[in-house]
Amino acid sequence: MKKPLQLTINGELRQLFAEPFYSLLDTLRDELHLTGTKKGCDEGDCGACTVLMNGKVVTSCMVLAHSAHDAEVTTIEGLAPGEELHPVQQAFVEYGGLQCGFCIPGMIMSAAGLLNDHDDPSEEEVRLAISGNLCRCTGYSRVVEAILAAARVMRNEKELLTERSN
Amino acid sequence: MARFDYLEPHTLKQASSMLQRYGDQARIVAGCTDFLVRWRTGVWTPQYVINLQHVPGLGRISYSARNGLRLGPLVTVQALERHPAVREHYAALATGATSFAAVQIRNLATVGGNVCNASPAGDTLPALLAFDAQCKIVGAESERWLPLGQFFKGPGRTALQPGEILGELRLPPTPKNSGSLYVKHSPRGAMDISAVGVAAAVSLRDRGKVIDDVKIALGAVAPTPIRAYGAEDMLRGQTVTPELIRAAAQAAQALAAPIDDVRATGTYRKTVVGVLVQRTLEKSIEMAQGGQVPFEVQRRLAIQTAF
Repeated sequence: MKKPLQLTINGELRQLFAEPFYSLLDTLRDELHLTGTKKGCDEGDCGACTVLMNGKVVTSCMVLAHSAHDAEVTTIEGLAPGEELHPVQQAFVEYGGLQCGFCIPGMIMSAAGLLNDHDDPSEEEVRLAISGNLCRCTGYSRVVEAILAAARVMRNEKELLTERSN
Repeated sequence: MARFDYLEPHTLKQASSMLQRYGDQARIVAGCTDFLVRWRTGVWTPQYVINLQHVPGLGRISYSARNGLRLGPLVTVQALERHPAVREHYAALATGATSFAAVQIRNLATVGGNVCNASPAGDTLPALLAFDAQCKIVGAESERWLPLGQFFKGPGRTALQPGEILGELRLPPTPKNSGSLYVKHSPRGAMDISAVGVAAAVSLRDRGKVIDDVKIALGAVAPTPIRAYGAEDMLRGQTVTPELIRAAAQAAQALAAPIDDVRATGTYRKTVVGVLVQRTLEKSIEMAQGGQVPFEVQRRLAIQTAF
């Protein structure tokens, strides 16, 4: 029997009904029509369904919808502030960090999660951060370059902001 | 995929009563990273799922030099990996945590879940055994304590009786001049179940020359994670020499009884477990002698892939 559920998705409070056995992934895609988050394996192994939940990267197929009650969730649709791409998205475009694109929303969310916590990751740390995201196309090298480039851009932006406010 | 009803108790006693009421038809969940996989493949088909996430206070980590480490069952594997007291005083537990799955799973999976799932290959389990963890088991009317070594009864089987829930894990304080490490051996460097996992914890005396105490725990080479008591007895009170370490590794190897499965053959595991016991002992001794091993280096040691 469906039960009421509320959570904040990409800054917006949503109230809906969900069966106890729905995953957060199914809720995002089928109930909220946010199909940017992909279902790859549905067993927590491939990372295609990665979102941020309360600031943490998680595989949304491994989260029961009702476990996410009152949570703040960010999906790929919510990453870009307004009309511009998020620096991570922009870097993936510029560095050619994608081919078929299927793994990319999850890959970008993992990268965004890393850069929220750590503004100057080493290459090793980037590879660790995406070790839960499988890609069959790229061989990961441009993905890693894109994330390191995005980190540089975000550091520069932060420095500019700090300079301006001083 | 059978449907289930979903219950959210607000106290452990309430959870325990629910569990008792529904018996075999109910299952406790927390991070759901084991549960959802088994449910989707029809291995587990509960009618009632009891989520512990809303019972307050179960996610706490606390440490004091006097009392040691206390872990609530809902402590996530990632929280364990990051905690400064775990990294400093229970390094094998931090390295067990860092080798676990990948960050997305670590942010959901709980140490209580890893313990109660009782896989012989669970990556936090050898370190917990090596640190002599004690389990607080909570029933609707009662509470009892059990050493972790007595908690595992077989693959996926624990000492929990109907209605009982794991309420806390306690690890005694670790001595000065000690070091520890967990090494996981698996095909991939992430999102893989161990083919072999070994934790060692060593404390030294006499200016780092003599082994005061040592614990060695082996994962994925027996029906449950096990302590290599025979190898430990060989080492206790002895002067550290390379020959002694090698002999202890062989003794530990003899205690392993691994099976063939999709991840490795028994013969392969038997060989590798000896190598990992030697390596974890050597590194633990180095750390106990005062060698600073930064966590990034420990992590590289902890994740030993086949390819």
